[in-house]
Amino acid sequence: MTEPSPDGRTRRRGRRTRRIAVPLTVVSAIVAGTVLSGCGRQQDPDVYTVMNSSTDESYHRWDGDTLKRCGKELGITIEQQSVPASQLMTKALRMASSKSLPDVLQLDASEMPTFAEAGGLIPLKDLGLTTTDIPDGIVDFGSYDGKYYGAARTVNTLALFYNKDILDKAGLAVPTTWDEMRETAAELTQGKRYGLALSAGGAEDGVFQFTPFMWSNGGDETKLDSPEVAGALDYWKALLKDGSLSKSTVNWTQADVNDQFMAGNAAMMINGPWQVETLNAKKGLDWGIAEIPVPKAGDDSVGPLGGGILTVPNTGDGEREKKAAEIIGCMAGEQEQITYALNSWMVPANTRAAAVWRTKAPELAALAGQVSTARSRTAKVGARWSSVSLALQSAFQSALTGESSEAALKRAQQRVTSGN
Amino acid sequence: MASTTASAALPADPAADAGKAEKPPSPLRAKRRRQLAQWGFIAPAVLFMALFFGYPLVRNIVMSFQDYSPSTFFTGEAPFNGLDNWRNVFDDGLFGKALWQTVLFTVGSLAGQFCIGLALAVFFSRRFPLNGILRSLILLPWLVPMVVSGIVWRRIFDQDTGVLNSFLGTLGLGGDTPWLTSTSMALVSVILVNIWIGIPFNMVILYGGLQEVPKELHEAAALDGASAWRTFRSVTLPVLKPVITVVLVLGFMSTVKILDLVLALTDGGPADSTQTLGTLTYQNSFVQMDFGAGAVVGNVLILISAVFAVFYLRANRNEGK
Repeated sequence: MTEPSPDGRTRRRGRRTRRIAVPLTVVSAIVAGTVLSGCGRQQDPDVYTVMNSSTDESYHRWDGDTLKRCGKELGITIEQQSVPASQLMTKALRMASSKSLPDVLQLDASEMPTFAEAGGLIPLKDLGLTTTDIPDGIVDFGSYDGKYYGAARTVNTLALFYNKDILDKAGLAVPTTWDEMRETAAELTQGKRYGLALSAGGAEDGVFQFTPFMWSNGGDETKLDSPEVAGALDYWKALLKDGSLSKSTVNWTQADVNDQFMAGNAAMMINGPWQVETLNAKKGLDWGIAEIPVPKAGDDSVGPLGGGILTVPNTGDGEREKKAAEIIGCMAGEQEQITYALNSWMVPANTRAAAVWRTKAPELAALAGQVSTARSRTAKVGARWSSVSLALQSAFQSALTGESSEAALKRAQQRVTSGN
Repeated sequence: MASTTASAALPADPAADAGKAEKPPSPLRAKRRRQLAQWGFIAPAVLFMALFFGYPLVRNIVMSFQDYSPSTFFTGEAPFNGLDNWRNVFDDGLFGKALWQTVLFTVGSLAGQFCIGLALAVFFSRRFPLNGILRSLILLPWLVPMVVSGIVWRRIFDQDTGVLNSFLGTLGLGGDTPWLTSTSMALVSVILVNIWIGIPFNMVILYGGLQEVPKELHEAAALDGASAWRTFRSVTLPVLKPVITVVLVLGFMSTVKILDLVLALTDGGPADSTQTLGTLTYQNSFVQMDFGAGAVVGNVLILISAVFAVFYLRANRNEGK
């Protein structure tokens, strides 16, 4: 910055200048360095990344093993990057703007439409993956706007879990209709124990749990103020009024519901297969699983499909995207599906894999039945699901804390409509 | 970003050129050089502020006038949509509700934290055995991460199995209070937890302030025959005033933007009864992915904080006179 100068005076001056210049240069260098390091990312041609939300130790390990096997099969190295489920979407969006998306992105199926609508995903069929042997419901689950973007390895849904000992002692059968469930729950409510536990919390958990009641009753998310949706909400209100549900229901997540069931504070609960591992770890708890009761005998029990799907983000590098599809092909292959399903207690997506799985996990047969009729939350409203979900959770919480179901749902529908 | 780097290095260059001149330095030049040096010292701070405060602030304001959706992250395009975001947010009944609840939450929390904190500070400024140990125990809530406090309190508040209701039940005081599950109680419960969290901060700062009150003033007041209450009101409080301003303004700024505690305790529910501006911003931006609407609420929050910051600065300037 300063040129060498012959006389001492200028050199002194130069030194002073340097004294100012040095810290400034350092600061500028740090700033520039930080900014630049965020941009360019050198990619190793033989190293691929899969980003998922498997932050639990066991899930992280299972996925790690799968990726090791698939990497060997394809002759590449596959790295696993796990971030908490609630941050996955925003993290992926930030990566999109800094052009550092992973090769394979595992999204929650309800978040996929938002990402697909933004132009962030490549249709899997364009990359050579087929949907042979996958039931239509599960193809829809991974599709948005008629295009198949996400391959599911396994799916889950909700079911009715019951404490066998408590039901046997009371001499009661497992309920199959709403009326039966209401009566059974009322009879099983004794002392500190509630007949039924479910989650009506103010987040996606609560909405997930409301859908089987809404859908089995013939309602749907495109018209929240319909009498069918109100009927389902009135049924929840009736359970609460009977005292069969705890008043804390509005503040419970699905994990809280499971805790209550395990502690013996609830005789039955609505929950998903991801709780099975915890339930099995509890000694002396003899539980069973059944399909969620329906309004009238003969109705279909329609539950929500849940779970992650594997997608290929739009990175602009066609060669890597093709390889990414091969990784998905391996991860969602028949054998890997069975392994993952048996580990995580979920149902394989592929028909043939599901048939094998049924022989290996007969105690979860009810779950397989529930999955065959289940549908995805985003099939009808697509990327608008998050708005619908927020309006709906506010509505059922209002209704459960005093308002009439009709008024609460009418307001919810207005909120959804005005938000468009 | 390159332009920022260049401009940061710029002030040094003219000085370097001046170095090449052969004439002895004139007073004018010396002055200019001194000024340059001063600017040089300020520059890193200015650069820091501009990058980490100015830039996000301006971006947030601009974003509130844009249709900023997930696709923006891919295309980089966020078309301007005028006042659409603002109109949507203000038309939604939830905004007014969240604003009002934020006011209640802030006023309630500050009043509770401050009064209890001041009482404890006065209490601990006397000498008595175990004073030091007790005082450090009271700091505990401050050390526990906010989210942990939230989760623990959610269990304590559980209507059927929570410790609080069991305790009240054994005392024969009902024990069936719907702390977090009724729309009329939930906000009160959240405020109570926040008071519990905020007491240590208030106590520590006010305790420090009380140590600064000269002993002679108290002695003089005692000689004049002033009662304890009178001494507190006419001697302690006026001396403590600048400290009180600091405590309240800092408390305000950390309370008005509350998010983590509410998310951990109630998720804004039941039925939006604990929704605040902070949770609304979160919901708009990160659940609905409508970043424009999130920016609108965020801007309102910044504006509210800014107004109080001005009050704070003005109060401080008056102290200086």
